[in-house]
Amino acid sequence: MKSFYTRFLLIAFVTAVSFFSAGPMSTPVNAKSPRVVEITAKRFGFSPDTVTLKKDETVVLRLKSEDVTHGFFLRALKLDEDISPDSPTDITVTPTTAGTFTTICDHFCGANHGNMKMTIVVE
Amino acid sequence: MKPDRRSFMKIAGTSLGIGVLYSAVPAAALTGEAGEMFSFLGKRNGEKVTPFSFVQLSDAHVGFNGPPDPLGTKAFERAVEMVNALPQRPDLVLFTGDLTHDTEDKDVHAQRMKQFKEISSRMNVPLIKCVPGEHDAGLDHSGLYREFFGETYYSFDHRGMHFVALDNVSQGKPKVGAEQLDWLKKDLARFPKSAPIVVFTHRPLFDLKPDWEWFTSDGDEVMNVLVPYENVTVLYGHIHRDDTHEEGHVHHYAAKSLIFAFPDPAKVADKKPIPFDKDQPFKNLGIRQVQANAKGSTSTSSIAISDIELTAREFLGINGVHQILKDPSL
Repeated sequence: MKSFYTRFLLIAFVTAVSFFSAGPMSTPVNAKSPRVVEITAKRFGFSPDTVTLKKDETVVLRLKSEDVTHGFFLRALKLDEDISPDSPTDITVTPTTAGTFTTICDHFCGANHGNMKMTIVVE
Repeated sequence: MKPDRRSFMKIAGTSLGIGVLYSAVPAAALTGEAGEMFSFLGKRNGEKVTPFSFVQLSDAHVGFNGPPDPLGTKAFERAVEMVNALPQRPDLVLFTGDLTHDTEDKDVHAQRMKQFKEISSRMNVPLIKCVPGEHDAGLDHSGLYREFFGETYYSFDHRGMHFVALDNVSQGKPKVGAEQLDWLKKDLARFPKSAPIVVFTHRPLFDLKPDWEWFTSDGDEVMNVLVPYENVTVLYGHIHRDDTHEEGHVHHYAAKSLIFAFPDPAKVADKKPIPFDKDQPFKNLGIRQVQANAKGSTSTSSIAISDIELTAREFLGINGVHQILKDPSL
């Protein structure tokens, strides 16, 4: 019986510690670290081809290229970045207007460059 | 009809699809009061503006091979014939980019540039001037283009008009860049504000349709340099369709392409070429002759070719000269 109570108390203690620590530790981490959305560019498209963001939510767009230098241009959100195949490009954005926006590659990357685009939806 | 008083140069004509014929300073404008003003301007600018015509051609994409135009260089070659058939030989031809279609094979691209030069050399004109498009210069930052055609931005004077070639493709981006902007400011600084200036470039210098990459990211900065000049006309290509745009006193004109046409972005969602029509192979590229003369009336062009459209546009107007006369400080 003694070992049963000991085991019970131990489990209860560990559970309690886990429960209470999860809240205080996770909240500040979430507040300081925006959600990261990865977007990969490759001739002649983006993956995923649609990304949904929340209005007024700060997010990091992590842009990668699998082949050559691409562009990431969205006039409405004032985004105009190059995406090098050598290293990712991080952009922190906080969209303030809801809507559906077309983002294009604006760094010439080859014959079908003119149709390389994706959609960003802000809800 | 009195000459247009709002601008020294105004394009009064419309539509030629495979290219555009510009008539700079109609002879009628050189008589009487206007003639005296042009003489005055000539003294100011160092060279009197005298009547001449020039042609704008654009977007031949030599080497392109695809469904929107399986005829390759046929429209380009037809345009060359058309230019040679003009009753009055133009002084020069301005080519506003995408002379060739891109390829990563440098030898193949060089061959396309050679082919472009061979076809364009058939034109019976004294002067041909080009700017690159992104398909010529975007992949190698104009390395090969410069081997064939020289500098990508420059200026020259012709019969009292100042022509400025701007490069908004060679950085891979739709951009002119700080270095070229500095050059532009210095280039224009020697001219009076009334000097007639024709800028030719590939992409539009304003936000025509950013989602379709029809813009220049620092186009506003370019326009800030140009706007103090009262008589500026901007000619460009890239969009494969006619377009006219007026912003302030600056007029922007696009020429149709020599390969395939894009639709009106106001009417369709997707940027897809207008499909090839085998029964009308040059439809949307060429010729439906419409010409407005200096007096604003529409008359029939004497251009004999019937299946390619040539747009005739005419510059007139003398307001810039008036301003010189009124301002003794100039």
